[in-house]
Amino acid sequence: MTTDVIEQDSHDEHHDDSHEHGKMNGIKRWLYTTNHKDIGTLYLWFAFIMFLTGGALAMVIRAELFQPGLQLVEPDFFNQLTTVHGLVMVFGAIMPAFTGFANWMLPMMLGAPDMALPRMNNWSFWILPFAFAILLGSFFMESGAPNFGWTFYAPLSTTYSNGSTAFFVFAVHIMGISSIMGAINIVVTIMNMRAPGMTYMKMPLFVWTFFITAYLLIAVMPVLAGVVTMLLTDTYFGTSFFDAAGGGDPVLFQHLFWFFGHPEVYIMILPAFGIVSTIIPAFSRKRLFGYSSMVYATSSIALLSFIVWAHHMFTTGMPLFGELFFMYCTMLIAVPTGVKVFNWVATMWRGSLTFETPMLFSIAFVILFTIGGFSGLMLAMTPVDFQYHDTYFVVAHFHYVLVTGSLFSIYAGAYFWLPKWTGHMYNDSLSKWHFWCSLISVNLLFFPMHFLGLAGMPRRIPDYALQFADFNKWVSIGGFAFGLSQLIFLAVVIKCIRGGEKAPAKPWDGAIGLEWTVASPAPYHTFSTPPPQRDIDNADQHEH
Amino acid sequence: MSTNDDKANINNATDTGISISNNNKTVKKLLLVVIAMFGFGFALVPLYDVFCDITGLNGKTNSTAVAYTASSVDESRTVRVQFITRNAKGIPWNFEPVVNEIDVHPGEMKLVSFYAKNNASHDIIGQAVPSVSPGLAANYFHKIECFCFTQQPLAAGTEVEMSLQFYVDLELPADIKTLTLSYTLYDITEKSS
Repeated sequence: MTTDVIEQDSHDEHHDDSHEHGKMNGIKRWLYTTNHKDIGTLYLWFAFIMFLTGGALAMVIRAELFQPGLQLVEPDFFNQLTTVHGLVMVFGAIMPAFTGFANWMLPMMLGAPDMALPRMNNWSFWILPFAFAILLGSFFMESGAPNFGWTFYAPLSTTYSNGSTAFFVFAVHIMGISSIMGAINIVVTIMNMRAPGMTYMKMPLFVWTFFITAYLLIAVMPVLAGVVTMLLTDTYFGTSFFDAAGGGDPVLFQHLFWFFGHPEVYIMILPAFGIVSTIIPAFSRKRLFGYSSMVYATSSIALLSFIVWAHHMFTTGMPLFGELFFMYCTMLIAVPTGVKVFNWVATMWRGSLTFETPMLFSIAFVILFTIGGFSGLMLAMTPVDFQYHDTYFVVAHFHYVLVTGSLFSIYAGAYFWLPKWTGHMYNDSLSKWHFWCSLISVNLLFFPMHFLGLAGMPRRIPDYALQFADFNKWVSIGGFAFGLSQLIFLAVVIKCIRGGEKAPAKPWDGAIGLEWTVASPAPYHTFSTPPPQRDIDNADQHEH
Repeated sequence: MSTNDDKANINNATDTGISISNNNKTVKKLLLVVIAMFGFGFALVPLYDVFCDITGLNGKTNSTAVAYTASSVDESRTVRVQFITRNAKGIPWNFEPVVNEIDVHPGEMKLVSFYAKNNASHDIIGQAVPSVSPGLAANYFHKIECFCFTQQPLAAGTEVEMSLQFYVDLELPADIKTLTLSYTLYDITEKSS
């Protein structure tokens, strides 16, 4: 997000004489770019636009649920809203935002001149808009958008599909290809592009989390591609992978989907761990507590994520042994996650804390993500899961993990590195408004959902029994307030790009990392020559 | 994951050639993983069937006839076997068990029948798909002859009685006292023509 962004966007006829080598003019700069910073910027803007799109769908959902009865939308359209909201937020907002962070920050943190595969990088971004054009375009088709839930369980998405299955499948294929290319690029960059002297255990934890996440993506995205392909042939070409009439099994679909789906959950949270592990030490003015244990904890979570998938399927009628196995494995994940939370708190312990906006979002992350973790533990227990299954308790759980978890970490990271990206400090008081409005409204939005779920309100239904009316009203008010609060962030970012106090190379006195050794805004090309060993040692997150 | 500083040393301009060949090698390995995992997704389909066959998960019973091999009849024990039927969406048949439940001794061979009538004005080919609950009992429920082994063509307006011959294994776990055999009937006219 250099100052050129606005110049390009607002007046193309204006030519800036100071263009550095390799930067094209106008729209071509963005279409043909192979620069990791440009591509990072594209990813981040795309993610934010998708976030607002998915948010707009959520606003309609909350408006419909503001009071009992059917007011605004037909039940079938309501199903389309929940489905596309989920798909857009997962594949369009959270994942591309993290890929944007990876593109911007990994080369700078590793002392590398760019990503390892810059041309593929361009491709992996530019196919994404097509995927979402197909997905969102299906709203305007006769059949309507996908209405079978973001989990697209067969036979809802095959036998009972409204005709949107093909568009859905091709959109997911393109998203998957984009993610796989992005992940390959991240792995190759980290393995081959580290500056001399940057050993694996000297890499910032941020890099480690993206490294592990990229491996998860490479392992499970192809399985997702396989599942949607089977869905496609079941629906249109007469195969019977999931069709009991032809000898298939709909439960097999759930096994295959969640074999992808559970690691996917960690794909969306591990990078968040990396971001807050960078920010909390900076504003505690201490080194990260337990760097090595963080690396091992992240790896353990990633490995465990492959053997817990069936905890999403307790109610399908598994034998007792299966239920116990998946229950205990799931609860085991709380151990490495607990190590992480402990380390963040220990990092803050006796630190010289200050509460700049990135730190506020990070602390909120630690507390609220832990609430989401606890409700996850409750859901992991097979007997109680039978009660919670498919209720608003589940909705509350995964929104605490994904909104106050992943999204808050993205905000924390955005505020932390905005000075490096734009060369300007963001407007502090506006950013504080953004934080406090978000914090209050997000809890009003998601906390009462726990009670609704425990009382038995099912998810994905446009109407509800009268006794749920009061909580739903508050949830909707929280939802509207949270949605509006995000526009403050848009204002902060635009103001920050256009101007503001000049940012020094290192605006945060407690921050460490190679990215702070280059000027703000980061020059178009950085680390054409590798950084000196001294800088690499200074960036080491280990305690001394 | 060992550290190799020489490999990391690729920013040095003189090493550019090495860096590109390193990158290509890594990309090739990762692409192999991608292809392997795509294949693994499909391999899970037969693996799942085999796994369910062996363990009896999911209540899958034998889909081809087995011979009667019980050595004796355990008259000290009685197991109740219930029959339920259901029609998948869009098949206008009456389909129901003639008896809803019977008591059997493990090892004892039993013959029951199911009634079906095609209420449509056109011929329909039906296929019944069985499932046993509790799932772990599926491996101990043996079908010697079953209408579900074959497709059932039924002309418009005609009716038929279809037979099922089965026995319950002597090894059936002691805690299982009731078995439920459920049939779902599907219209497969289009698929089989």
